[in-house]
Amino acid sequence: MSSTPPAHLHLAVALDGTGWHPASWREPAARPRDLFTAGYWTDLITEAERGLLDFVTIEDGLGPQSDHPWAADERTDRVRGRLDAVLIASRVAPLTRHIGLVPTVVATHTEPFHISKAIATLDHISGGRAGLRVRITARQDEAAHFGRRTIRRIDSLGTPYAQEVITELFDEAADHVEVVRRLWDSWEDDAEIRDAATGRFIDRDKLHHIGFEGRFFSVKGPSITPRPPQGQPPVTALAHGTVPYRLLARQADIGYVTPHDTAQARAIVAEIRAEQQAAGRAGQTLHVFGDLLVLLDDSRAEAEARRDRLDALAGEPYTGDAPVFTGTARQLADVLEESAEQGLSGFRLRPAVAGHDLPRITRDLVPELQRRRRFRDAYGSGTLRGLLGLARPANRYSAAVA
Amino acid sequence: MSKPLKQIHLAAHFPGVNNTTVWSDPAAGSHIEFSSFVHFARTAERAKFDFLFLAEGLRLREQGGTVYDLDVVGRPDTFTVLAALAAVTDRLGLTGTINSTFNEPYEVARQFASLDHLSGGRSAWNVVTSWDAFTGENFRRGGFLPQEERYSRAREFLATAHELFDSWRGDEILADRATGTFLRDARAGAFVHRGQHFDIHGRFDVPRSPQGRPVIFQAGDSEEGRDFAASDADAIFSRHSTLKEGQAFYTDVKSRLATYGRRPDQLLILPAATFVLGDTDQEAAELAREVRRQQVSGATAIKHLEFVWNRDLSAYDPEGPLPDVDPVVSEEHISRGRAQVRMYRDPVAVAREWRQLAEANKWSIRDLVINTGNRQTFVGSPATVARDINDFVQADAADGFILVPHITPGGLDPFADQVVPLLQERGVFRTDYEGTTLRDHLGLAHPGHRPDRRTAGSAERAAS
Repeated sequence: MSSTPPAHLHLAVALDGTGWHPASWREPAARPRDLFTAGYWTDLITEAERGLLDFVTIEDGLGPQSDHPWAADERTDRVRGRLDAVLIASRVAPLTRHIGLVPTVVATHTEPFHISKAIATLDHISGGRAGLRVRITARQDEAAHFGRRTIRRIDSLGTPYAQEVITELFDEAADHVEVVRRLWDSWEDDAEIRDAATGRFIDRDKLHHIGFEGRFFSVKGPSITPRPPQGQPPVTALAHGTVPYRLLARQADIGYVTPHDTAQARAIVAEIRAEQQAAGRAGQTLHVFGDLLVLLDDSRAEAEARRDRLDALAGEPYTGDAPVFTGTARQLADVLEESAEQGLSGFRLRPAVAGHDLPRITRDLVPELQRRRRFRDAYGSGTLRGLLGLARPANRYSAAVA
Repeated sequence: MSKPLKQIHLAAHFPGVNNTTVWSDPAAGSHIEFSSFVHFARTAERAKFDFLFLAEGLRLREQGGTVYDLDVVGRPDTFTVLAALAAVTDRLGLTGTINSTFNEPYEVARQFASLDHLSGGRSAWNVVTSWDAFTGENFRRGGFLPQEERYSRAREFLATAHELFDSWRGDEILADRATGTFLRDARAGAFVHRGQHFDIHGRFDVPRSPQGRPVIFQAGDSEEGRDFAASDADAIFSRHSTLKEGQAFYTDVKSRLATYGRRPDQLLILPAATFVLGDTDQEAAELAREVRRQQVSGATAIKHLEFVWNRDLSAYDPEGPLPDVDPVVSEEHISRGRAQVRMYRDPVAVAREWRQLAEANKWSIRDLVINTGNRQTFVGSPATVARDINDFVQADAADGFILVPHITPGGLDPFADQVVPLLQERGVFRTDYEGTTLRDHLGLAHPGHRPDRRTAGSAERAAS
């Protein structure tokens, strides 16, 4: 067994405005005035596809970006405002052929029925390249944009009270995803029969009410949209602790985690695997990807100088949930290979400056990983599930009948 | 004859989930695959149409307690399809039907504003209402809205969405690298709305889009619907297909505009229209009869009769006489998720009238349904259809039409190839797009920042 070559790594890029560093928009490579155009997003995603990446995620929320985790801010020195991520993904889908498109959706204030048909449709449009990244929001200002519920104020994550609020929102998100998934299965693949002899367009025995009744909502179904080409587009989520790890274990195909060293990576993977077992999904593939913010240049000194320059422009050193990598593509490849040994099967890289670091990923990092035989040389599968090594799943409703 | 010729507006309705759409025809393709939408949209754009139109329903129709299976069933998500179509077209307007009952203004406003950005100013919103608890079973709130409140929610929903669109003036993004000022205004997008249906505040997160606001359509035909259109819409999607009915509707709706301080040219009236073309008028008429028979199979005829009888009629022979039993009059209806069943307010009288019609004409059940149902609006040679369409518009029965072909996705092609050139020859339809936005195509003003709705027609384009 020791002669088996190490598996290919999976690589995704997380797109957010001009990049993940708050001063990214001030860099020469940034295009801050193009952020609200289709051309900007098309250019980024086709660049990612040129690098044979598995997929891109597109950040989103239901209120302006904020430096404050639980409320709006009134900063004028950072990018504020964005376009709906599902619509960006669908706008770019006809202009790409291979790369997975994974928009962010907020479970807290949206209808699972609408989300399910939107992602199913993105899957139809893209020929099986859709996924979704589900998140919650505990921001009070976002709740006030909807006026349907009040989210109790959180001042610090550490309190038991905050944990209670967060747990409830993640429980709701798990139900949301459950409904989204059941609706995807609510049409069997061969439900459309077009039987001229009997005049029936569909075989209605192959459409199913999903009959979901939960603590937070009930949804009857079936969907208005036929089953997506992938059957179940991959569901992904970012997770920073036990509560969201449980969401991964129960509902996700990919989890993004943010370990800051190898020991932490091992511990997180172990915890997620234990939760996965507890959720009865031990036999299913659940990828755990490491999230990294990256600044890539020809030398480490250059990358560090760029980080210093960005920090100076931002007025403070950048700190976020994910570790920050500063260096060359070769050094990053070393880090990824080492992290992979801890049980991470892929990485979601957050370019500090989209216009600079994304091309560095596709043109420097990818060839480096290819030289090491850790990354694909060409796209093989036509679907995102295929790229991720996930089989097309049986339909839960036809399986129940069989 | 000094009156100048009106320019005709034309739109293409993607074939819907009802029996107008003939799925059994060998030429009929998928209603789900994106390639069908691309074909349809590109045909419409090649013909210089104003826009493409997508309908929506949020629950599959049922009849007799099971999903209705005789028509096309299922459709993709409206916003997602329109955003993708923006990638394969340049000028065509993109109109989506979005329900104001089972959505929230913040989310819908950011979807339309996003679509408008991603399409370079080509978005339009057909605002529809829904009140049935049946559809509500697919949503968090269930059937929460009493019937009499559906238009009041729709109006407030639209007003709230406008407040969100207008919360950005359009000049807030400075993106000045040197000074580090991205936004000119720390409160860009700030809004407060306190009303009966929505009590929301905060900051809208999509900057002002190319059109400022999507073009607004209204599709209801009731008194309330007409008033809603007169006060709030840029265009009305109506269903009056005869010249006389069309003129009456046109006059009625246009006369309501003054009440809201608007001019007649600020609301376009665009009825749905079907068509059948042939080399000659006679050939078209024969084809039209054939299409009607395709649209109304024996099984479909029985199901349509059940809309009125409100009872299971599956034991009846569609080629035989009408049932002699009377309709069941009940709040519970055999058909669910369909708007038209509400039209039969006195089913017993309709049944009596239909029996008389059938007897007088020696019609079977199927003949009756074929003959009382919607006939094609325009039937004839390309020259006849071009003339009739122009006559309708010049006689103020409409400002143009939303064409509903019966074949997906190629049903529009013959119209584009044969009728549009004749309308262009007459000088009543554009030979090329003059502007880039849907507002340009429709001759509507671009809203400036927070225009007074009563004077929204005064072009404030320079400000937007």
